[in-house]
Amino acid sequence: MMTQLPAILVAGPFLAAFAVSIFSWLDSRYCYPITLLGLLTSLGASLGLLLQVTHTGPVHYTFAGWEPPFGIELRIDLLNGLVLVLVSGVAFLNLPASWSMIRRDMHEKRGTFLALYLLLVTGLLGVTATADLFNLYVLIEITSLASYALLAMGNSGRSPLASLNYVYLGVIGASFYLLGVGYLYILTGSLNMGDVAALLPSIASSQAVLVAFVFLIVGVLIKMAFFPLHIWLPNAYTFAPLAASRVIAPLMTKVMIYVMIRLMISVFGLEYVFETLDLSQAMVWLSSLAILAGAVMALAQNELKRMLSYIIVAEIGYMVGGFWLGNQAGITGAILHLINDALMTFCLFLAAGNLAYKLKDLHFESLQGIFRTMPLTMSGFTLAGVSIIGVPPTCGFFSKWYLLLGSIEAEAYGFLIALIVSSLISAVLFFRIFEIGYFEPLHHGHGHGHGHEHGHGTESAIAEAPPTMVIVLAVVALGLIAVGLASGSIVNEWILPIVPRGLM
Amino acid sequence: MEQIESIRPLLAVLVSAAVIPVLISSGGRPNIREAWTFVAGLIKFGIVVSMLPAVLNGQELVLSLFQVFPGVPIALRVDGIGLLFALVASFLWMITSAYSIGYMRGLKEHAQTRYYAYFALALSATIGAAFSANLLTLYLFYEILSLSTYPLVTHHQDAEARASGRKYLAYILGTSIGLILPAMLICYHLAGTLEFSQSGFLAGQAGQPVLIGLFLLLLFGFAKAALMPLHSWLPAAMVAPTPVSALLHAVAVVKVGVFSIVRVMTGVFGIDLLSGMHLGTLAGVIAAVTIVLGSLIAMSQDELKRRLAFSTISQLSYIVLGVALLSPKGMIGGIVHIAMHAFGKITLFFCAGAIMVASGRKYISQMHGLGRQMPITFAAFFIGSLSVIGFPPTGGFFSKWYMVLGCVESEHLLLLLVLLLSSFLNAVYFLPIVFQGFFAAPSEQPGATTVQGEAPIWCLVPLIVTAALSVGLFFYHEFLVDLVRIGLGL
Repeated sequence: MMTQLPAILVAGPFLAAFAVSIFSWLDSRYCYPITLLGLLTSLGASLGLLLQVTHTGPVHYTFAGWEPPFGIELRIDLLNGLVLVLVSGVAFLNLPASWSMIRRDMHEKRGTFLALYLLLVTGLLGVTATADLFNLYVLIEITSLASYALLAMGNSGRSPLASLNYVYLGVIGASFYLLGVGYLYILTGSLNMGDVAALLPSIASSQAVLVAFVFLIVGVLIKMAFFPLHIWLPNAYTFAPLAASRVIAPLMTKVMIYVMIRLMISVFGLEYVFETLDLSQAMVWLSSLAILAGAVMALAQNELKRMLSYIIVAEIGYMVGGFWLGNQAGITGAILHLINDALMTFCLFLAAGNLAYKLKDLHFESLQGIFRTMPLTMSGFTLAGVSIIGVPPTCGFFSKWYLLLGSIEAEAYGFLIALIVSSLISAVLFFRIFEIGYFEPLHHGHGHGHGHEHGHGTESAIAEAPPTMVIVLAVVALGLIAVGLASGSIVNEWILPIVPRGLM
Repeated sequence: MEQIESIRPLLAVLVSAAVIPVLISSGGRPNIREAWTFVAGLIKFGIVVSMLPAVLNGQELVLSLFQVFPGVPIALRVDGIGLLFALVASFLWMITSAYSIGYMRGLKEHAQTRYYAYFALALSATIGAAFSANLLTLYLFYEILSLSTYPLVTHHQDAEARASGRKYLAYILGTSIGLILPAMLICYHLAGTLEFSQSGFLAGQAGQPVLIGLFLLLLFGFAKAALMPLHSWLPAAMVAPTPVSALLHAVAVVKVGVFSIVRVMTGVFGIDLLSGMHLGTLAGVIAAVTIVLGSLIAMSQDELKRRLAFSTISQLSYIVLGVALLSPKGMIGGIVHIAMHAFGKITLFFCAGAIMVASGRKYISQMHGLGRQMPITFAAFFIGSLSVIGFPPTGGFFSKWYMVLGCVESEHLLLLLVLLLSSFLNAVYFLPIVFQGFFAAPSEQPGATTVQGEAPIWCLVPLIVTAALSVGLFFYHEFLVDLVRIGLGL
């Protein structure tokens, strides 16, 4: 059983996707429990794997007994063990939290939505677990296809167009990646990551390796929406159905950042990336730019989901820049922030979903007086916002600490300033929302305008989202503090062991 | 210094936060809700007092909570200085809770449950800051305090509150993220630790320019201390209900600011390092400018709470100045002033609030003759004024006396002059209020309501208590001095 965990991890949601498709024709009442079961299976498997990896080291799994480099290998170590738990955990928690929304908005397309959702999760888990470069490409495409379809299911008229833009850029990104894989295959004759890594050092001076590296990284940067390759992201996330963007927003970009880290650590090796190549400074500067640009563009928005989307663009700069600092603190910060940012974004989108469930839209003026009607949802939103700003003891502070420390150690003061300035801008962003929700009288969509029989407008009845939505949000919001306080152990147990020694 | 592992510091921090769910759930029954606030206040004060004997015996109570970064845990440590501050804050919380009942109900304020809940959270953060063992823990509680006081400052939820809240955050959060955070990380990068220790941890870790830069970042970064030019959030924050101004903006929040600066000077840099680089003099001069300008601006304010706010700005810098003298007596005077000023100034704010509740008047020019209707309030105001001026027989005399001695001891005669000048200015802007209150003819105002005597009893008793204690501290101040001596290792 334990040796089959990697297969169960991916097969759980994959088989559930088929079952859901079939049952959506037969008896759609079964779709929801099956989905839940599939996601629970992968959550259980990923937790088991993390435990196994922590105690006994990396886990290899070969499909059908074909040994690498010929067969496809899944390889789970500390780094992706952690990301797997993150992905399966977020995907699992989101389903009960979004079920009311799915049921209300998707009507007869419920089954389709759930099947796509499961495929998306399968893809994300596969991308994270695989140790094969081409298999990675295939899984990225499965993930992307599922997400194109999910995003296009939004009820806004602009969803299909937003999704189409996403398809175009997604395909370009995937092509870059595939080209890079092609180069590597020609150079080494192998697609297995470990195998390629063993073969590369002997030809490291070849320009072709550099070209392969650049193609791969650019492909991944497009997929993760690294500024200025981000233009597909805000529209896609804004017009998507929230039930889907609640997982796509926190997970898609993070998993692609994981892929970048994986390629750099496990395929090319940090020695090659940071010592042979001379790209670090440029990448850190680009990241600083990404952070500032994302933050400033977020300031210009007047719709909550769009604002959050641009915050994601800024946060991507945090992680990419932190990793490319190339020192222990920076890499630690990037990996820790990967986890923290996924949780913070998840929490923010959960809150946005609760708001959207009760409000007609998420334009800022619709949020007037929202603290009075939805105090619990807004408490969760506040905690997540404070975490993005980087106030202890929420988790956002702790990863920011490592990123700042890394930039001081690397003397990358541009990055340091970008981090500080974006924290300050985040404070403006969130307190602007808090002000609207706290000071403004209730928006007339709320019953305030319906007449005077409700009495004075300042005290108004609480109208929260359904209990499951609120409970999941509360769990995740409190989790932000728990993860923050536990960050010392997380770093020691899971992150420091994978940061190569010898880095300064 | 003997260290004992103890859970009491944590309990003292958490007890007021733990009562918040109870406060919220009893929101519909105000009497029960306020009873819970008192229970929490009593327990909190009791726990703080219970640590007094151990600390006076030269022991420290420590507790390490989370090992968050290599070499930097979130940890609590109770030493003399921290305990002094915690005693003052937790005691005055009880008094302020009583006063809040009179004030908030007297003025029929809205959202009182929210008010008491955030007040309790702010007190947890205050005590946490007092008991922080290192710069990171201090920063943690400092930030929680900033955020938990925002809903209190903006309690009225109108346009003015919104503007003030914005200013409050821009100054407080802007400096903590923009100045303290990078400074703290540079300290950590240089020294590998953030633990407060009696000789500091920065000595020999970096060159003089870096250390001076760090010192300035930290000095101004803790903007709750309201050193000029980062002071103008404090008058703006006076838009809050008066009990908030009284406890938070005369005691808890602003004193956390100066307390943090004291920790930076004594625990991060250390006295030897500071005096070696003449940074004490630098801080002293910055404080002196704030003292004089604060007093001068206070004179021109007609709104009573704003005058008190500028007086606070000026008095906070006394504390910084006293410690910046770097001589034993000066430092004792400065730190004891945390307590002395707290009792004096909270009395003054209580009086301002009582006047507001009883007469609805906010401006000094409207208060002529009011003392004859409200003799107790104005008598208390007189005592509070004396303490802030530093006139015997009030506690404020002793802290200023020590600071004067400190100036002589360290031969800073110019700073001595500043102290005396400012005390004179204090008298000039406080005593006329009392004088006109008792002796001037009531000012004729169209539409002014007649005043029916004193404020409600819940307002009156607290200000009598704090006024009496301001006098009492003149006679019983030795234990405060002992606490500071122990804390500083003198």
